[in-house]
Amino acid sequence: MSRLQVVSGKGGTGKTTVAAALALALATEGKRTLLVEVEGRQGIAQLFETEALPYEERKIAVAPDGGEVYALAIDAELALLDYLQMFYKLGGAGRALRKLGAIDFATTVAPGVRDVLLTGKACEAVRRKDRGGRFVYDYVVMDAPPTGRITRFLNVNDEVAGLAKIGPIHNQAQAVMRVLKSPETAVHLVTLLEEMPVQETADGIAELRTARLPVGRVVVNMVRPEVLDGDGLELTESVPRSSIARALSSAGLGGARRGGHAERLVDPLLAQAREYAERYALETEQRAVLADLGVPLHELPLFAEGMDLAGLYQLARNLRGQGVS
Amino acid sequence: MSPQPARSQDPARHRLSPTRTLDVDPLIEDPATRIVVCCGSGGVGKTTTAAALGLRAAERGRKVVVLTIDPARRLAQSMGIDSLDNTPRRVKGIDDSAGGELHAMMLDMKRTFDEIVEAHADSERASAILGNPFYQSLSAGFAGTQEYMAMEKLGQLRSRDEWDLIVVDTPPSRSALDFLDAPKRLGSFLDGKLIRVLLAPAKVGGRAGMKFLNVGMSMMTGALGKVLGGQLLKDVQTFVAAMDSMFGGFRTRADATYKLLQAPGTAFLVVAAPERDALREAAYFVERLAAEDMPLAGLVLNRVHGSGADGLSAERALAAAENLEDSRIVDQEGGKAGLRNSPETYGSSEPLASSDVPDGGSPAPTDTDATDTDTDTDGADTDGTDVDDTGLDGTDDTDADRSVDRLTAGLLRLHAERMRLLSREQRTRDRFTALHPEVAVTEVAALPGDVHDLAGLRDIGDRLATDRPELPETP
Repeated sequence: MSRLQVVSGKGGTGKTTVAAALALALATEGKRTLLVEVEGRQGIAQLFETEALPYEERKIAVAPDGGEVYALAIDAELALLDYLQMFYKLGGAGRALRKLGAIDFATTVAPGVRDVLLTGKACEAVRRKDRGGRFVYDYVVMDAPPTGRITRFLNVNDEVAGLAKIGPIHNQAQAVMRVLKSPETAVHLVTLLEEMPVQETADGIAELRTARLPVGRVVVNMVRPEVLDGDGLELTESVPRSSIARALSSAGLGGARRGGHAERLVDPLLAQAREYAERYALETEQRAVLADLGVPLHELPLFAEGMDLAGLYQLARNLRGQGVS
Repeated sequence: MSPQPARSQDPARHRLSPTRTLDVDPLIEDPATRIVVCCGSGGVGKTTTAAALGLRAAERGRKVVVLTIDPARRLAQSMGIDSLDNTPRRVKGIDDSAGGELHAMMLDMKRTFDEIVEAHADSERASAILGNPFYQSLSAGFAGTQEYMAMEKLGQLRSRDEWDLIVVDTPPSRSALDFLDAPKRLGSFLDGKLIRVLLAPAKVGGRAGMKFLNVGMSMMTGALGKVLGGQLLKDVQTFVAAMDSMFGGFRTRADATYKLLQAPGTAFLVVAAPERDALREAAYFVERLAAEDMPLAGLVLNRVHGSGADGLSAERALAAAENLEDSRIVDQEGGKAGLRNSPETYGSSEPLASSDVPDGGSPAPTDTDATDTDTDTDGADTDGTDVDDTGLDGTDDTDADRSVDRLTAGLLRLHAERMRLLSREQRTRDRFTALHPEVAVTEVAALPGDVHDLAGLRDIGDRLATDRPELPETP
């Protein structure tokens, strides 16, 4: 099992939710996971219904059987100062650099530095050991940038290593790349059963493979329950409206006569069924596309009432049930 | 909206009581509107909205260019653009009877950056810059470059003055308003002391009076070199030195673009879906735009669901579905299970039904007792007779009857699911409206599939303009 689990996905597919559920799922049997956020959106804090996360690892949830989930929102600027201090004892110079605008430059304008810092911090957490020589975190789960940018984001160290051919940045970048390209890492992609996200997932996997980054699983999120199967949908085409009206009426929804309450429900209900049928066909198609990717697939249900903390624990259970942890 | 079949206390029925309605047509038709910027978080249909607006404006007689950033392949194809090229291309197949034109382009940020360099440096210097490894990484699109180049391209398009209307899609940024910050950020960097530090060694033998300053600076470059590695620092310095003459231009244009965004001819549209995160981000946008004095036209709420039967609540639909399914279990499992579902049990739902049914005075011969006398079989079109007696609990139901019950239960469950979605969307949207009652809103009904062609885009445009989530079409 890879110790660095990177979760990406197209915008709007719920990758933060899946990352958080995965972190919970992996924190079984007294294990400890770290959930890291790199995009400064405070999505984790919102999900766990706590105040904004500082740049500091703190316990955010307890798994049912004693495991712990820690969370960290990585801030590029603070990570850089941290890094300067740690490796070069440049605490004072760091302040001077900030005054000069160098820190701002490095973390916002300079190519790749920001991403190097973010991935570097995550890898540091993966490798960190306590005094007894045991890993501090059993797993690190990263809520990563979206599919369209994930390969570049993870691969940035390669590019930077090429740019800085020698020197500390070069070494640092290479060390990060060694973790990212090893089986220690798995990159999961979250998608919906819709054309665009599925297409992006396929493209994303191709890119990751080209860059030799380890592809993990595909998680299909917000899967709607199957209310009518193929047979049921065929029936909507053949059953007379009046029969449906009668059935509605017998279920207590009013008169089946023309103009009766039940009868007037028939057309809108059938129209909804047609929409459902169209979506159903599309989803079947997309499932087939996903199955062709040659990556383990997992599905997580949609929560009709929206996602909350209870839902998150349910998703974690679901993921465990599917053998993800 | 069709007459409601049943009275309803369901809040979802009073859908999205609009505070203000965003009227898209006057906005895109107004000759004074020159730029429309679509912003919003990822996955809400921003690019599609931009393309649909562009098409609609063009078919209403305006000469439009749509600037998209990294569109989904099929959307690009729907406008006839297959490959990245950094110049606007005419979209064929639109209705140009009103005299309009539609052009579309995809942003190629490296190309855009290269063009700036080529335009502002002599050829020797330009090739030095273009060949610099640091430049190559920078232009290939690291943090901020895409945002900056999008704004640069917008400025270029606007200054060419070839189009009546420019519709811009914004990059799927980490923080969606990065495109507002990027030019400023670059500007402050270019104006900053860091540049001078970086340039210091390149200008050896500078003015004598600067000597003291230079000592401090070479200390800084020493530190930088320690961190970056000597060779990278040298690349950066060479790059900065080569770009030195162009910096003024960069800054001027960044400022000009920023002012352009604040100008009266610009309209921002915040795009969102009725989901918590997307609307939270939308609220953030609204606040940021106000803080920056950027003119907000309104909110486009994509993928809103409606129902033609929204008088029937989720709860009642589910109860009715269970009713039908229970009777089916009786059918399948015979007498024993029937005990569980005795006429009394079933009868308990009767008061609900009859109280609800004005035309419930049923002349039907058999009522809901467990007799074998069911007479309705499949398909007999008995419209006009009241048929409350559909042998729900009959034991000799044909397969057809059973499958009708099953189907109807499915339809009801589907409806319950839809109604839940509706009320969730309603709640989410209410939260936004409470925070920002001043923002005009237009809604676009959800489509089951993606857009593949101009007709699909046109359809979205219609939905954008009519602020009414279309009900599922009724025959």
